[in-house]
Amino acid sequence: MILNIILKGLILLLGAFIFQVSLSGFSRKVVARIQKRYGPVFWQNFRDIFKFLFKETSISHGFIFDFGVLMAFGGTMATLIFLPYGSFEVIPGQTNFIVVIYLLAIGLLGMAMSAVGSANPNASIGISRALTQMLGYELPFLIVALVIMYINKSSSLGVLVQNQIQNGWNIWSMPIGAGVAFVSVMGMLGKKPFDSPIAPAEIASGPLVEYSGKYLGILMIQHDFATVIEVGLFVNLFLGGGQTVIGFAIKYIVVYILMVIISSFLPRFKVEESVKFFWKWGLSLALIQAIISLGIYLI
Amino acid sequence: MYTKKLMKKIKNIIRGHSLFMLHYCTGCGAIELPPTMTSRFDMERLGIAPMATPRQADILLVTGYLSVKTLRRVIYTYEQMQSPKWVVGFGSCTINGGIYYDSYSTINELDLYLPVDLYIAGCMPRPEAIINGFSRLIEKIENDNADGWKHYRDNRKWYKKNQKHVLGDSLYTTR
Repeated sequence: MILNIILKGLILLLGAFIFQVSLSGFSRKVVARIQKRYGPVFWQNFRDIFKFLFKETSISHGFIFDFGVLMAFGGTMATLIFLPYGSFEVIPGQTNFIVVIYLLAIGLLGMAMSAVGSANPNASIGISRALTQMLGYELPFLIVALVIMYINKSSSLGVLVQNQIQNGWNIWSMPIGAGVAFVSVMGMLGKKPFDSPIAPAEIASGPLVEYSGKYLGILMIQHDFATVIEVGLFVNLFLGGGQTVIGFAIKYIVVYILMVIISSFLPRFKVEESVKFFWKWGLSLALIQAIISLGIYLI
Repeated sequence: MYTKKLMKKIKNIIRGHSLFMLHYCTGCGAIELPPTMTSRFDMERLGIAPMATPRQADILLVTGYLSVKTLRRVIYTYEQMQSPKWVVGFGSCTINGGIYYDSYSTINELDLYLPVDLYIAGCMPRPEAIINGFSRLIEKIENDNADGWKHYRDNRKWYKKNQKHVLGDSLYTTR
């Protein structure tokens, strides 16, 4: 039983790594075609990650700096286990939304700890922007998710997926909420209008400024795992998960490429603008959706 | 022994096709880089991408002349980079001083102070020349010939002597 779970977990980590890294390489190609370029090959991101893992790493900024990187990586890998991927669940029945949201914060906090440990002012600015922006996107996303959980009387993602397969996807029953969640997930991923935490031309790639060699390789893998979790949450909550792993993967690819296309022609918000955007439009639309859905459900 | 050799070959191939570039824009050379990076000549298809900080970069691209003051910053930047790292001298100014060859405040030969792996000659080199130069650098890295960083580590005394000769004793102070 335990051996089975460990084996499934390893398969999941390897599969998520290969899938998401090739997909983000492919998305570089998509962006290149939008800008009328040829673009790199789709396995370019594997080259980048392995190059960093093979690099010499002689710079460290103390214990917190090292530990925070491992905490972010471990926390993200642990979160990955609690998501249903179509018919594939690592621990059957253990797919609670609240656990996922709770564990997801560990990754960001580890990153924050580590970046502040590097004592670089650019890193501090980047982390403060990332945490400020978190205040913006979490609130509307959680309101929409709580409405779904209240209507279905369950916080288990597996049950939500089963209900959607029977009753139709949530994107049709609550379209405004789905839009709000889509934009919130773009904020979580740091895609283009909301990429002020890692603005390369402004604060020299923000929290990542002091990382080199193996640290940066690990953080690139961590970012890819976090992408799997956040886009996977959207697919499970609104697009009905999937009956098979392949169905899940197709929905995932559609959502991710749509986000990449949208973000490739938008400029960057300042951090206060993005928080204002989320609180003004995201929050009000989420509340409208909550009133409509709860009204229909209670009447 | 054989696996070690194979591993080294694989590492070199991966390194050659993923080059993150820190362009130190001192002179006029920087103006040729935007067309090389963007849609017209598209440097990204070779796996070369611009990077914001020296910690994450593999190539230090010195574009144009270096005055004595900027040389000090370039040396700091180079020493912050992580170890398989390469320096590309860009334009005539880094080879022999170019049109500033008799200026009192610029250095003429970059190779005396930092180990240059590849020069791209011209005043200024066109984007085609830059792409050509980078494909030569990729070839050199794949064949394990681009080992300037090893040379710098082994002959540190000689390089430091040259650096001190122009910078004076202020090499290790920040201002």
